[in-house]
Amino acid sequence: MDRLGEWLFFYLVFPGAVFAVALGLALSWVDRKVTALVQWRKGPPPAQPFWDVVKLLGKEVVVPEQGWAAGFLALPFVALAASVLAATLLWHAALGLPGGELGDLVVVFYLLAIPSAAVILGGAASGSPLGAVGASRDMKLALAYELPLAIALLVGVFQRRPLGGDEASAATLSLAGLLRFQELAGAVVERPSGLLALLVAFVCCHAKLGFVPFDLAEADTEIGEGALLEYGGPPLAMFKLTQAVLLATLPVLLVTVFWGGLGGAPGGLAAGAGKLVLLLVAMVLVKNTNPRVRIDQALRFFWGPVTGVALVALALARMGW
Amino acid sequence: MHVAPIFGRALRRSPWVFHVGTSGCNNCDIEIADCLSPRFDVERFGVRLVGSPRHADVMLISGPVSMACRRPLQETWLEMPRPRAALLVGVCACSMGAYRDAYSVAGPADRVIREVDPEARFLYVPGCPPKPETIIAGLVKLLEEI
Repeated sequence: MDRLGEWLFFYLVFPGAVFAVALGLALSWVDRKVTALVQWRKGPPPAQPFWDVVKLLGKEVVVPEQGWAAGFLALPFVALAASVLAATLLWHAALGLPGGELGDLVVVFYLLAIPSAAVILGGAASGSPLGAVGASRDMKLALAYELPLAIALLVGVFQRRPLGGDEASAATLSLAGLLRFQELAGAVVERPSGLLALLVAFVCCHAKLGFVPFDLAEADTEIGEGALLEYGGPPLAMFKLTQAVLLATLPVLLVTVFWGGLGGAPGGLAAGAGKLVLLLVAMVLVKNTNPRVRIDQALRFFWGPVTGVALVALALARMGW
Repeated sequence: MHVAPIFGRALRRSPWVFHVGTSGCNNCDIEIADCLSPRFDVERFGVRLVGSPRHADVMLISGPVSMACRRPLQETWLEMPRPRAALLVGVCACSMGAYRDAYSVAGPADRVIREVDPEARFLYVPGCPPKPETIIAGLVKLLEEI
């Protein structure tokens, strides 16, 4: 019973729902502000993402007539719940919080796939042709980036490092286990294979967040927000919150698997925060300096060069590089 | 429609706009685009141009409403979730301007929208075209009234 209360606290308050949402909204303000600065604008005030969400919560709920109402309304909540659970597991492991180990890389990988699945189903449930186009693009994009992402994450698991006069690899899927191995043998990213894998995973997470150049599922100038087209008011707010939580989660996935986690030596939490901000600003700059790609270009990019680099990284990792 | 105070406050800080051109001459549309440019940057007030009426709070309408645009404008208006308001940009949207007695127009935008939603609220920004400063002033005034 105690364990249940503890995990409910983790899920609902810290580092789950309340914390992840607050941090995600703050980070999405950083995103918008940096974007504005890049475009030589002043940008929105810090509380802007918060007011956006509150405003959406106060609006009327509209359900399209031709749609599947139950799915249309439930899926945004499924997306939010899954992303918050992924955030809880990752932050819990990355900060080394007490309460035992729960969840591993495979669980997190699948939890992080649920939000895009919810967007796909939600877009299809809206009954709108543009929503269907957005959903189909999102589905293809998910197929494209999940393969290289999975291979890149395996580099963190199988990388061979000299350890105590012998060679060893983490060979575990537990998040805490990966961090413990990196504490002993050094961060995965310090080796060439780790660096390549981090680059691959970075690009895949960029696509997972739906940032330009991989925003073709939302593409507001051509298919009018795509899968989210028919969403308005509170359900849309849930999707906005999901995006914010993912923004606070995916960089932590990269830092946990490749870069030695958030806490711990050297530099402790400050260094961890620095890593997160570095990854986030890199994402925002990539986002602002690239035009949107077509879906066939995205597929060719992810299944071609990106998967190739991921496989090379995996081979190098097994050879001890 | 009654709105709780916190939501009203949020609405004033984050009005998302959807732009509808009802067969205008494109002059007002250019000035609307100017508002989003670095020089005027309406994102300072939380204004965001969105691609779907479902996401919008304020509809920006430019141009006299032609016969062909009458039904699409009414349907787009009904697709916006409440609370909603419209900003009529330019003299054509406000009162049809030079097209007043033309054979092809269905009426000014406010009359066309009131045919389907008598409670609709409008703010008029006349001019041919209005300056970006005027549009921003109109938007701020509209938000104060919501």
